[in-house]
Amino acid sequence: MFVNRLQRLGADTIQTVAGLGRATLMLIGAVFGKPDVRKGFPLLIKQLYVVGVLSLLIIVVSGLFIGMVLGLQGYTVLVKFGAEGMLGPLVALSLLRELGPVVTALLFAGRAGSALTAEIGLMKATEQISSMEMMAVDPLRRIIAPRFWAGVISMPLLAVVFTAVGILGGHLVGVDWLGVDAGSYWSAMQANVDLYQDVFNGIIKSIVFAFVVMAIALHKGFDAVPTSEGIAKATTETVVTASLAVLAFDFVLTALMFGG
Amino acid sequence: MNTRKIEIAVGCFVAIAIGAFLILALKVANTGFAGSGETYTLYADFENIGGLKARSPIKVGGVVVGRVASIELDKTYYTPRVRLEISKQYDNFPETSSVVILTSGLLGEQYLGIQPGFIDETVHILQDGDVIEDTRSAMVLEELIGQFLFNRN
Repeated sequence: MFVNRLQRLGADTIQTVAGLGRATLMLIGAVFGKPDVRKGFPLLIKQLYVVGVLSLLIIVVSGLFIGMVLGLQGYTVLVKFGAEGMLGPLVALSLLRELGPVVTALLFAGRAGSALTAEIGLMKATEQISSMEMMAVDPLRRIIAPRFWAGVISMPLLAVVFTAVGILGGHLVGVDWLGVDAGSYWSAMQANVDLYQDVFNGIIKSIVFAFVVMAIALHKGFDAVPTSEGIAKATTETVVTASLAVLAFDFVLTALMFGG
Repeated sequence: MNTRKIEIAVGCFVAIAIGAFLILALKVANTGFAGSGETYTLYADFENIGGLKARSPIKVGGVVVGRVASIELDKTYYTPRVRLEISKQYDNFPETSSVVILTSGLLGEQYLGIQPGFIDETVHILQDGDVIEDTRSAMVLEELIGQFLFNRN
């Protein structure tokens, strides 16, 4: 009884470590594999469309609403201190530093990451990946690499769009609806937001999140048990693991960038 | 969907993202200050800088003319030395000018105010690397309260 449990614990540990190893090997194969620009570029464009362009709508809409909520909530607190002129910096800094990269990564994991896992898992279940290997086509280069790079390219772009739309949403609620002065909204924002400290650090954050989310989504798909339950489980795991990993990485990055 | 349309859609996506980045860079963040890059440097020694920080604005009559570049402690006199970066556009402050640490509002940020002094034949114009002699330190609320309590007895 006890020995059985011990055995299972050991097996699980070995499984986890082996999974981590496979994920790393897959990532190395996809990232450092010799790229074939002539063949790879159309695949990358196709994946940029699937991963980036199709995610644009959800990013714009949620960015707008999050900016509007920030404007509304920030105003109700700031107006008590007569500091509604600081609404601009409040909205801009919280979007640039935290909400832009993080919410984009979470939405991206749900919108694009789960779809990628399911797609690759189904490819595995229908033995498309094995047949590619049989035809001497490297599935890491043909399937994983374009999707990975498409994610890494489009996530920072989406985060930037999210942030800009959110700031406009805050402007919509704060200035057009609640009557904060438009001049002080923008000028206080400019006085408090630094290009390197805030804008670039936010973009660096979202690049890191892109690596994390794409690595998890692709690995879970590539490693899925090739049955319908296996793919369902892998898709769920992608969203859960990627979201948790993004939040954990966010804490570490925030501590590094803004903590000291 | 054919490849052509996909390429156009991806191109639009990248263009939108670049547009959003330009909004963030130009409208939201301060690139350097006021956009004009050329600056010159002045120094000022204070007794106490209060809450002044690097990148605090320098104002003349409310107009931002530069930013505080850095603040260091002078090792011989143990007084803070502030490095001021002022736009080349405003390069005619006389050496009789004085620098004051002011607070915007009761609880607001602290900033540097320059009071331009008089000019006649014997007065030089401040050049790059000069030190402004006439400085007034920050108002520290605790010291004011302390003085008030002390003076009552």
